[in-house]
Amino acid sequence: MLKALNKTGLVFFPAFDWAISATHPEREERLLYTQDQVLEEGLFDIEGIQEFKSEVVDIKDVQRVHFSYPDEWRVMTESHFISAGGAKTIANAVIEKTVDNGFALVRPPGHHSMRVVHGGRGFCNVNNEAIMLEHLRHAYGVDRVAIVDTDCHHGDGSQDIYWHDPDTLYISMHQDGRTMYPGSGFTNELGGPNAAGTTLNIPLPPYTGETGFLYALNEVVMPVLDEFKPELVINSAGQDNHYSDPLTNMMFTAKGYAELTRILKPDIVVLEGGYSIEGALPYVNIGIILALAGMDYSHVIEPGYDPEKLKQTESVTETIKRTCETVKTNWANRETIGQRMRGSQKFAERRRNIFYDTDGIHETQHEALRLCPDCSGAIKIDSTSDRGAHILAIHIPRKACNNCRELGHQWFEESKPADYDMICLQDRIDDTYQVKNK
Amino acid sequence: MIIGLDVGGTHTDVVLVGENGLEKQVKVPTDTSALFNTVLTGLEKITENIPANQISHTVLSTTLTTNAIVQGKLSPAGMIVTSGPGIHPEAFRTSAHYIIVPGGIDHSGREIEKIDPEKVKAAADQLERAGIRNVGVVGKFSARNPAHERQIAEIVGDRFDKVFLGHQISGNFGFPRRINTTFLNASVYPVHRNFFEAVKKSLKQMGITVPIHILKADGGTMGLDTSIDFPGQSILSGPAASVMGSVAFAPDYTETLVLDIGGTSTDMAVLIKGVPLLAPYGVDINGYKTLIRALKTHSIGIGGDSRVRVENGELKIGPDRTGPAMGYGGTEPTPTDALFVLERSEGGDRDRAIQGIKTIAGQLGISVEEAAYEIFDETCREILAGARQMIKNINSKPVYTVKEVLTGYKVNPDHILVLGGPAAYFAEHFKNISGYTTVDTVPECQVANAIGTALSRTTCEITLFVDTQKGLATAPEEAFSETVDLNFTRQDAHRMASDLLNQKAIRLGANAKDIETELLEDLEFNIVRGFRLMGKNIRVKQQIKPGLIHEFKTISKKITDGCIQSE
Repeated sequence: MLKALNKTGLVFFPAFDWAISATHPEREERLLYTQDQVLEEGLFDIEGIQEFKSEVVDIKDVQRVHFSYPDEWRVMTESHFISAGGAKTIANAVIEKTVDNGFALVRPPGHHSMRVVHGGRGFCNVNNEAIMLEHLRHAYGVDRVAIVDTDCHHGDGSQDIYWHDPDTLYISMHQDGRTMYPGSGFTNELGGPNAAGTTLNIPLPPYTGETGFLYALNEVVMPVLDEFKPELVINSAGQDNHYSDPLTNMMFTAKGYAELTRILKPDIVVLEGGYSIEGALPYVNIGIILALAGMDYSHVIEPGYDPEKLKQTESVTETIKRTCETVKTNWANRETIGQRMRGSQKFAERRRNIFYDTDGIHETQHEALRLCPDCSGAIKIDSTSDRGAHILAIHIPRKACNNCRELGHQWFEESKPADYDMICLQDRIDDTYQVKNK
Repeated sequence: MIIGLDVGGTHTDVVLVGENGLEKQVKVPTDTSALFNTVLTGLEKITENIPANQISHTVLSTTLTTNAIVQGKLSPAGMIVTSGPGIHPEAFRTSAHYIIVPGGIDHSGREIEKIDPEKVKAAADQLERAGIRNVGVVGKFSARNPAHERQIAEIVGDRFDKVFLGHQISGNFGFPRRINTTFLNASVYPVHRNFFEAVKKSLKQMGITVPIHILKADGGTMGLDTSIDFPGQSILSGPAASVMGSVAFAPDYTETLVLDIGGTSTDMAVLIKGVPLLAPYGVDINGYKTLIRALKTHSIGIGGDSRVRVENGELKIGPDRTGPAMGYGGTEPTPTDALFVLERSEGGDRDRAIQGIKTIAGQLGISVEEAAYEIFDETCREILAGARQMIKNINSKPVYTVKEVLTGYKVNPDHILVLGGPAAYFAEHFKNISGYTTVDTVPECQVANAIGTALSRTTCEITLFVDTQKGLATAPEEAFSETVDLNFTRQDAHRMASDLLNQKAIRLGANAKDIETELLEDLEFNIVRGFRLMGKNIRVKQQIKPGLIHEFKTISKKITDGCIQSE
């Protein structure tokens, strides 16, 4: 009888009745062949592998993370509530030690969703990992966590949500933003002034193969994790680095993904992108599940796999080595970098333009962060979309000091409903979310 | 009239049912070492003084194949297995005679590695040399494309007595389960064939030449000839027999919890509007997980003969059984003894029962009557707790569509049907403590299993895959394949599956009047390649619902009326 070495939980929610549109890559068919493979392999029958029924997140779970305009119901579909619910189910099972680790094989994905949500970006509307993690922090008092994002696209949404959070280490490995959506995720994106270095980006050149991914993992990710000492490691497991993916240009393999999982040892894995629905997903998912369960995955080889064709070039190897050196240096110097960013200012401000490609919305943000010596600082975001929405979003972080908390409330009270379409206050200390409308 | 025969662990029940209800019943002791004699004696006794032309057919539920597996008395079977990427097929080895040969089919039915005829021949040689007479052939994804299994069968030819092909045994996914199921079919084949050919011959000698049906684990029947090709389907028909016995008396408008209280254990099932729930994948037996369709049943180790004792000041009941109740000459107190003490049950030696319960009462520091009540109450409560656990498990089964998550249908029975030996004594107490609206006992519940066996209809299922991009509709289990055009719709698929299902049911011995079909799975996907809609992937699964033959209403009404009159 087959037995898993680790108890592994799975939530499988393929949303067989939900699509962005009929021929969109994020459509009903996406996990169909993965389901066929999972069932044919008999994975749910293996002793130690347990399938859980996905729950549905509630509005409070979403409001702990996002500022949604006009409201949660209108930026999310039912499927988003279930997809995030799947991640939450697995997280609960892991934290309660029902299982040793778990994988939420859910769709739609979420890692392009930022703190403010006007609509869909990169097939994502809300951030599954952030909703799950903030639930864990609220319900179980989890503190230090690392998110390792191995999707081929830079997880700009997760980066945005945790940009100012020194307790969440966000590391992304992805195809170089000069050649790939969303065009961000460079080595100099290191997090905000109060959290410098807890965001790390490892942009990889097109045609990176197994060697390159595992090199970045072993050279950068693992040593940084060792130093950061997270209580939990979350893997945003996009599967679009696969050589057969139609939207990207990488050369990663099913066995490579399994190997990465074995080394990373994530506690919670959440599916992100991956659109080679026949050639990659069935095999990559099996590989990841077997690796999580501590089982043999050496026989998980895609039909047509040719190691010779998938060998990365010398120049790719060299580029990756240089990138990893830069990232390591930045990590080592994170204190100094933070001090330099803070300088003697009281507030740090940034202005950004954000494009929602899925829904065709342009957003302009003006963000102010209090550079607080005692906490990660209150945040105020003034956001305008080209649909005419003007909102003010105030975030009081989980471990805010009294001054920052008072400042957040003061911002909220002083703001005039007449000036905005919506004013919201997220107070993470008492876990409340308040809205003032025009 | 129909003969229903159900072999149980201690005795075998045989009934004759007809338009007057329960016409006749006999009980013979089960001799596991001479099962054929047991069955024959039962059949002889029930047909005594009954003209052969009065009998329309016979339905048998035996423990033959179940015992062969549980007792490890399987005849050696060989396996020839092909696999594609995934878990290494060595992990699913069934015995020493398990040979992996090249070949592979992917999830969409495409060939990814060819069969090597030389390797197949070598495998067959090896099995033949080892004296193997029955062989199973299984390929990964053969339920999608059975070409490799068929090719191997062709190469092997008629060198063996019987070759079982995985795709013919189940149209469902689950490579390891398909391997186990095919292996078990090949392993029980000789014993099953010899047994039922002998039964057929003996009945013929008795002048009875009516059709013989075999009960399956899904509570349906199959013709004897079909059962020779699918002997594995007869595994674990026992629990199904009692569930089917309760169906006739279950309301058709609500959900019912069925509790079959036996000596050693209590078996439970749920009926939705009179239709039993199916297990999600198939039978689990002796460590083998299979694709054999089965009713969803749950068994807990608490029954009338469970051993009662006090451990660390606490009352403990079961799961072991040391023998009969003390009131029946046993050595240790049981819940049945508690019933004797409480004078809710008669027939046993009450003084001996009191003696047994006295020990328990002494240890708990309460009176004998109080102890008896405690034991009885605790037994009922543990049975109900087991039922709640089963219902919770049923409701925690994952679903894969937004609609199913949001509609969140949950099984929630409000009706209990009790059967088994001490059923009547328990029913009343269940009513007091369970919170269920109605608690009834199944009439003639001592032989309900045999009545259920007699009245069960033929069941089967069919899986149809349509890929309009490839232009093919296939049901590999049925060796069915037909070309379709791009305009083929889901409704067309429903019709096609329904036709196939009807044909299959008739072939298996169904009466056309009993065919009641139901959609088990109904999915349709756009096949998009390179952002272009290329066709549709349609998946339809239909079944003949487990249920009773159309004559059952007249018969069950007579049985109920008969019971009321006799009271």
